[in-house]
Amino acid sequence: MTALQHVRPHAHYTVQLPRSDDFAFWRERARALIQCDIPPDKVAWIEPSGNGDLFSNGGMRLPEPPADAPPVRASKRYLSVAQNAALHRDPQRFALLYRLLWRLQRNLRIMEDKADPDVRRVEELDKNVRRDSHKMHAFVRFRQVEEEGGAEHYIAWFEPEHHILRANAGFFMRRFASMRWSILTPQGTLHWDGETMHEGPPAQKADAPQGDPVEDLWRTYYASIFNPARLKVGAMLSEMPRKYWKNLPEAALIPELVAGAQKRESEMVAAGELSFEERPGSLEAIGEAIEQCRKCPIGCLDNRAVMGEGPGDAALMIVGEQPGDQEDQEGRPFVGPAGQLLDVHLERAGIDRSRAYVTNAVKHFKFVQRGKRRLHQSPTAKEIDTCRWWIEGERELVQPKLVLAMGASAARGMLGKTVSISKVRGQAMSLEDGSELWVTAHPSYLLRLDGDAREKQAALFDADLAAVRERLAELAQ
Amino acid sequence: MSRAPILDRLKILADAAKYDASCASSGTAKRNSTKGGIGSTEGMGICHAYAPDGRCISLLKILLTNHCIFDCHYCINRKSSNVQRARFTPQEVADLTLSFYRRNYIEGLFLSSGIVKSSDHTMEQIVEAARILREEYDFRGYIHLKTIPEADPEIIHRAGFYADRVSINVELPTDAGLTRLAPDKDARQIEGALGKTSSDIVEAKDAKKRFKHAPRFAPAGQSTQMIVGADAASDADIVGRASRLYDSFDLRRVYYSAFSPIPDASAVLPLKRPPLIREHRLYQSDWLMRFYDYRPQEIMQATEADGNLPLDIDPKLAWALKFRERFPVDVNRASREDLLRVPGLGVKAVQRILASRRHRTLRLDDVARLTVSLTKVRPFICTIDWRPTLLTDRADLRSLLAPKQEQLELFAA
Repeated sequence: MTALQHVRPHAHYTVQLPRSDDFAFWRERARALIQCDIPPDKVAWIEPSGNGDLFSNGGMRLPEPPADAPPVRASKRYLSVAQNAALHRDPQRFALLYRLLWRLQRNLRIMEDKADPDVRRVEELDKNVRRDSHKMHAFVRFRQVEEEGGAEHYIAWFEPEHHILRANAGFFMRRFASMRWSILTPQGTLHWDGETMHEGPPAQKADAPQGDPVEDLWRTYYASIFNPARLKVGAMLSEMPRKYWKNLPEAALIPELVAGAQKRESEMVAAGELSFEERPGSLEAIGEAIEQCRKCPIGCLDNRAVMGEGPGDAALMIVGEQPGDQEDQEGRPFVGPAGQLLDVHLERAGIDRSRAYVTNAVKHFKFVQRGKRRLHQSPTAKEIDTCRWWIEGERELVQPKLVLAMGASAARGMLGKTVSISKVRGQAMSLEDGSELWVTAHPSYLLRLDGDAREKQAALFDADLAAVRERLAELAQ
Repeated sequence: MSRAPILDRLKILADAAKYDASCASSGTAKRNSTKGGIGSTEGMGICHAYAPDGRCISLLKILLTNHCIFDCHYCINRKSSNVQRARFTPQEVADLTLSFYRRNYIEGLFLSSGIVKSSDHTMEQIVEAARILREEYDFRGYIHLKTIPEADPEIIHRAGFYADRVSINVELPTDAGLTRLAPDKDARQIEGALGKTSSDIVEAKDAKKRFKHAPRFAPAGQSTQMIVGADAASDADIVGRASRLYDSFDLRRVYYSAFSPIPDASAVLPLKRPPLIREHRLYQSDWLMRFYDYRPQEIMQATEADGNLPLDIDPKLAWALKFRERFPVDVNRASREDLLRVPGLGVKAVQRILASRRHRTLRLDDVARLTVSLTKVRPFICTIDWRPTLLTDRADLRSLLAPKQEQLELFAA
């Protein structure tokens, strides 16, 4: 004990820190105090701001550690946690760090005891400070100003919760090394001119520029990337608490985005206007339901719905495009000129139409009125897709082994995509329920041709039908 | 060709990109601009803002164009949709990225695109935007490029040299769903492209070990996304598919996106959106597989009769309630693996318990200090002063532990 004779046993010591975030200074002093064996309850740590002056001269002069004092020990974990915890705004942090360092001399592994209240607290401080730094990296918003000579200067106003400004200078320097920038805070300011960092006195919000034209683009982006169909305000608030909002240009939009979200979602659903709840469970019920269907504009024309016809358990389902003028008048599929031509070819191929289920991809006749005549119009992709709901219902109920789609519209009604007839005809494609799809031309196509072209196409059509008949025979076995 | 103002196009092309869930900017090589250029990546991703949908905004996530020759039913940009169309040039994308980056709004760019002219042409344009950023502006921030599986593998390969991360969406959990809802896409082609990128990444890593100056190739790896609730796939199907994807292609992440109603929707889609919580439960199960050593089969064991995870409780609790014979677990003696199975104990809490018990025999109070909520943990553990004798076997344990149904929080500004 001879070396420590100048340490008085009951004396109190006060350490005045030059800056609130000066961990290096604290470490020097703490090391000396430990070496002099000064217990934690005899040391007071005073920060520069506030009422530090009351005590600054009240304590004892710090003792000099003896030359042969043992080195102060600290675990790696302690050092990394302490560096951050020292930046916390909690006035008790330096006392806590000293107390832990003191206990660490007796038990170097104390940091592992996570249930120890001191260890818990210091880890909490560390976590708070790391989070604050992380939020600073995220929420600093630079505004650009032009200086004389046209140089660009980027200036940000930020209000950190803890004493983290100086500790994070390196992050912004490494990221924006080639820019001239300043970060202004109530605790102090940082200025980077592209080569060196300068520190300045505390600033006020009014010292920073008040706007930047690019913020309009940023706000537009923020509002557009938000998906109103999924509103999770709680998740947003936990990561972007309200205290940060006042310095975020995009945050002003949040109230109206949230208020409008439910409205926008219901509008989106209504705009899609698809209220297909339950599909009717029988062909008769589908036949009744399609009469009421107004899910696409065709249903709103002056026409009637034309349901498929044929045995409800047919092995072959023949799908056309949509009813024509005569079909619409009679309310039955394939009874007009195209239907008559189809009958001729089916007979030639040896397919019995009465044993097939014959229907259309689109249930209503689409036309434009020209004087007294109603001129056929092809349905759009969207109209066919909308009507898939019905044709799929028929297919589910009839469960054909083979579906023959005639024409591109019918093929789309089955596949959901537009295919080229010439590329896919004459071969089986498998549908998801395991049945086969064969695609051929629509008989009305033959009606529009004449001469050699018609003969050629008719031959192809016959060949397709013949192949279907053969395949049906195979499937029947 | 006359163009609308950039503000209007940004509105359309950001709106069109919002259905992609990923916005991660983490896990890439460390870079900074102290020796030139602009930007840095320091390992940890940074979320520069959060939208009211709870999603992080880390990157400028936009489409190069929303014109598309494909007709995928779940997609707002499909050919047959009536949305307003717009496009950016690669130069405009690069300039917009930089002006956002300099103001510290973003970590970088996430560029995707509808398919114009051809897959190759589109992929070229995407790569060109990344090339301008990296080569002309010496941009060192984060770049995520969506690649198009139908494009020439050579062009996709180039994308990997500019990007930190590349991704290809598998879109739907089942092949049947893909055939039905995305008729122009081909599951085999998508998996082929995933496989090719995966082997490119491995090769580049290997080269980097042997040659110091070997170029980096997608240092943040590749990811993919699946849409949940647009087809009939159950959670068990989805978890199974995800685990196969993780295994076969060494993916960093599989993202789930709850199908959300889109304007001008196609008729073959369900109109009802799946509950958002379902997506959350899938992410939780993803977490269990990645960090808690659960095998995919075990997640499937936690599903209910319809193959879906329960919505009212998390999958870990669901699993524990089904396998009550595995509990209670003695926090003073149990292995790390067993502790990780305790509902309410996270990876960090388990680490803390393992470290602390070398110093003391844990009491219930100690556990309370080491965990977030004791109520959740208590029925499944024992300490020196606590045994949940009857609690673990109670029939109504589930209702005791399930979170109370909360009224949707209305916004109070």
